[in-house]
Amino acid sequence: MLRRNLARFAIAALVAALAATPAAADWSLLNLPRGVSELSREIYGLHMLMLSICTTIAVVTFGAMTVALLRFRKSQGAVADTSLVHDSRLELVWTVIPVLILVGMAVPAVARILHIEDMSGSELTIKVTGYQWQWHYEYLGRDVAFFSRLARSSDFARQPGSGIDPATVENYLLDVDRPLVVPTGTKVRLLLTANDVIHAWWVPQFGMKRDAIPGFINEMWFRIDADRPGTYRGQCAELCGADHGFMPIVVVAKSPAEFVAWLEQQRATLARPE
Amino acid sequence: MVEAAVAMDHAGHAAPARGLTRWLTSTNHKDIGTLYLVFALVMFLVGGAMALLIRAELHAPGLQLVNPGFYNQILTVHALLMVFGAVMPATVGLANWMIPLQIGAADMALPRLNLFSFWLLFFASVLLTSTLFLPGGAPAAGWTLYPPLVLQSGSAFPVAIFSIHLMGASSIMGAINVIVTVLNMRTPGMTLLKMPLFCWAWLITAYLLIAVMPVFAGSVTMLLTDYFLATSFFNPAGGGDPVLYQHVFWFFGHPEVYIMILPAFGIVSEIIPTFARKPIFGYDSMVYAIASIAFLSFIVWAHHMFTVGMPVAGQLFFMMATMLIAVPTGVKVFNWTATLWRGSISFEPPMLFALAFLFLFTLGGLSGLMMAIAPVDLQYHDSYFIVAHFHYVLVPGAVFAIIAGVYYWLPKWTGHQYSVRLGQWHFWLTAISVNVMFFPQHFLGLAGMPRRIPDYATPFADWNAVSTIGSFVFGFAQLLFVWLVWRCARGGERATAQVWDGAHGLEWTVPSPPPYHTFATPPELR
Repeated sequence: MLRRNLARFAIAALVAALAATPAAADWSLLNLPRGVSELSREIYGLHMLMLSICTTIAVVTFGAMTVALLRFRKSQGAVADTSLVHDSRLELVWTVIPVLILVGMAVPAVARILHIEDMSGSELTIKVTGYQWQWHYEYLGRDVAFFSRLARSSDFARQPGSGIDPATVENYLLDVDRPLVVPTGTKVRLLLTANDVIHAWWVPQFGMKRDAIPGFINEMWFRIDADRPGTYRGQCAELCGADHGFMPIVVVAKSPAEFVAWLEQQRATLARPE
Repeated sequence: MVEAAVAMDHAGHAAPARGLTRWLTSTNHKDIGTLYLVFALVMFLVGGAMALLIRAELHAPGLQLVNPGFYNQILTVHALLMVFGAVMPATVGLANWMIPLQIGAADMALPRLNLFSFWLLFFASVLLTSTLFLPGGAPAAGWTLYPPLVLQSGSAFPVAIFSIHLMGASSIMGAINVIVTVLNMRTPGMTLLKMPLFCWAWLITAYLLIAVMPVFAGSVTMLLTDYFLATSFFNPAGGGDPVLYQHVFWFFGHPEVYIMILPAFGIVSEIIPTFARKPIFGYDSMVYAIASIAFLSFIVWAHHMFTVGMPVAGQLFFMMATMLIAVPTGVKVFNWTATLWRGSISFEPPMLFALAFLFLFTLGGLSGLMMAIAPVDLQYHDSYFIVAHFHYVLVPGAVFAIIAGVYYWLPKWTGHQYSVRLGQWHFWLTAISVNVMFFPQHFLGLAGMPRRIPDYATPFADWNAVSTIGSFVFGFAQLLFVWLVWRCARGGERATAQVWDGAHGLEWTVPSPPPYHTFATPPELR
C-alpha cells in the first residue's frame, strides 16, 4: 500500500514538474524556422520531408515492436515459436525497401546541394571575418567595413554576478553594436574567413551556416525575399573559445533603395576625418 | 629453477591472492573484467557529475555557477571521460568477463597484456582528469580537439595529449587481446558462425580499434608538434590546414562511435533472445550487418564536416555513403523485432533496458539519418539537435545496453540474484528521465541554439530548464543502480547456474558465481 502510494506520489510529482515548466513555452520554438530566403524555404521543405519520412518509419517500426510486446507476453500465456529464426524473403524485403526510401530521400537532397553551391550571379559580396570574439564585415568594392560585437546591454548582464536578470535585457545575447545591413531581393554572397580560430556564421532564418576558417575562404549565399525586410539574428556556431557563446550575428535587411542610402551614409561617415 | 617458477605460477593461479594484491596484480580475466567495470562505473559517475554541473549552469539564462572558460573545460573532459573512461572500458570489462566464458576458454589469450592495458587506462584517466587542476587547465576545445583553438590550451596541454596516447595504447592492447582470444581459443566445434553475437560484435570492434586508434594518436601528436616544435600541420600561416585535422580526426572519430555501439548491439542480441525465449532471428544477417556497418564507418567521416566548405562531389559522396548505414542498421532493428515476434516475452530488468535500447537507439538512428542529408545538416550542424542525436545513441543506446548487460550477467558474476523491484525502479526513473533530458534538446537545436555555449538567449530558457530537471533525476537514479550492484555483490538469494530460464550458451553452464578458473579443459558443445 505504502509502496503504491509512493509510486503514485513520484509520478504525480514528475508530471507536475513537467507540466509547470514549459507552461510558458513558445510552441513556435519546436521546429526549424521556415526562414526568409529562397534557400531557407527549400531547406525547410527538405527538413519537413525527412522528418515526415523518419516519423513514418518510426511509427511503423515502433508499432510492430509494441504489438509484439503486447501480444507475445509470457504472462499472457504466449508460447515461443522457436522455429521462427530465419526468413530470406522477409529479410530481402526489409533490406530492399529501405534502399528505395533512401534513394527517394537522396534525389531532392542532391538538387538542394547543387542550388546551395551555385554562387553565380551574386550582386553584392561581403567578406566576413571571425575574430575572438566579434565579426568583421567588409563590403567588397564599396569602401565600407566595420566590426560587429555583442551589445553592451547583453555584455553587462552576462557577467557572472551582474545582478541583471537576462529576461529584462532586450534580445539578450542576440544583439550587436553594429548589425550587418543587406538589401532584400538581392543575391548576397558571403566570403568567410577567420583571423584566429575557426568560427561559423549561422543565421537560422537564412537556412544554413558555414565555417569561417583561418587561412581559407569559404563561400555562401542568400537572397532575402523582397517583401521580408527586417532584423534577423544568429550566433557563432563553432566552438571558438571562452566567449564563443557571446558573438552574435544580427542582420538588418532593407529594401535595395534604403540599402544604397545606408551605404552612402556609411561611406560619408567613414570618410569624415576624426 | 624453471620447475620452481612453474610451481609458483600454479600456486598463484589456484586461488585469488588476498586483499589489495589481488586487485593490483591479478591477471585473471574475471578480476580484470571486474576492475574495468568498477572503473567505468566510477568514471560514469565522475563524468556524470560534470554533466550535472553543465546542466545546472544551463538551467537558466545568465552565468550562475562557472565562468565560460571553465565551462569549456568541463564540457571537454566530460566528453573524453565518458567516451574513453566510461563507455569503452565498460564494454572492455564485459568482454573480459564474458568472451572467455562464452567461447569456453580458460582465460584471455594474453593475461599480462590485459593487466597492463587496464592499468594504463587507469593512470591515463587520472592524468586526464588532473588537467582540470593543473596550471592552464584542461583542454577546452571540445572532445574533438580542433586546432587552432586547441593550440590555445595552457601548459597542461601535453598532459592531456599524453593521457590520450596512453588510452589509445591501452585500447589497442585490449583489442589485440580480444582478437587473439576469439580467433584461437574457441572450444572445439565452435566455428565462427556458431559464436555468440556478443563475441562477433567485439571481434569486429577490436579490428576497428586497431585500425583507428593509431590514426588518432598520430593526429594528436601532430597537434603536439604544432604546439611545441613550430611545425605547421594545421597552421595556415605556415602552409598547414586546420581542416586537415578534422579529416584525420573524424577518420578515427566515426569508427569510434561504432566502437562504442557495436558491443552494445552484441549485448542486446544476447538479451532479447533470452527473454523472448527464442533464438535470435537471422543470425547470419546480424553478423553481416555488423561487418557492413564497420566497413561503412570508414568511408563516411566527412559527414561531420558538411559546413567546412567541401566540393560538391565530396558532399554527395559522404551524404550517400552515410545514408547507406541505415540499411544494415535497419536489418539489425528489424531482426531484433522479429526475434520478439511469436516469442514468450517477460520483462526482467535486463530485458527492460534492452527494449528501451531498441526503441531509443532507433530514434537516435532516425535523427542521424536526417543529419546525413547534407543540405539540411547545414542547419542541424553544431546545434543542440546534434547534441540530442548523439546523446540518444550514446546514453539510451550504448549506456543502456551496458546496464542491460550488467543486469543480465550480474547474478552470474556474484552468484546472487538482485532485487528485481529495485531494478524496475531504476529502469523507469532512468528511461523516463533520459527522454525528459534529451528530447527537448531536439527542439532547442531546431529553434537555433548552438551547442557548447554556457549561456543562451531567453527564448531557449524553458526547454533548457526541462532538460536540466531530467538530467538531475537521471543522475540520481543511477545511485540506485550503484546501491543495487553493491547489495548484489554482498549477498542475496542464490542464483542458479542458468540464472534466466531462457538463457542459452556456455556461460550459463558454469556455476554462479563461476569458480576462479573456468574451462581448464575445453567444454563440449551441445
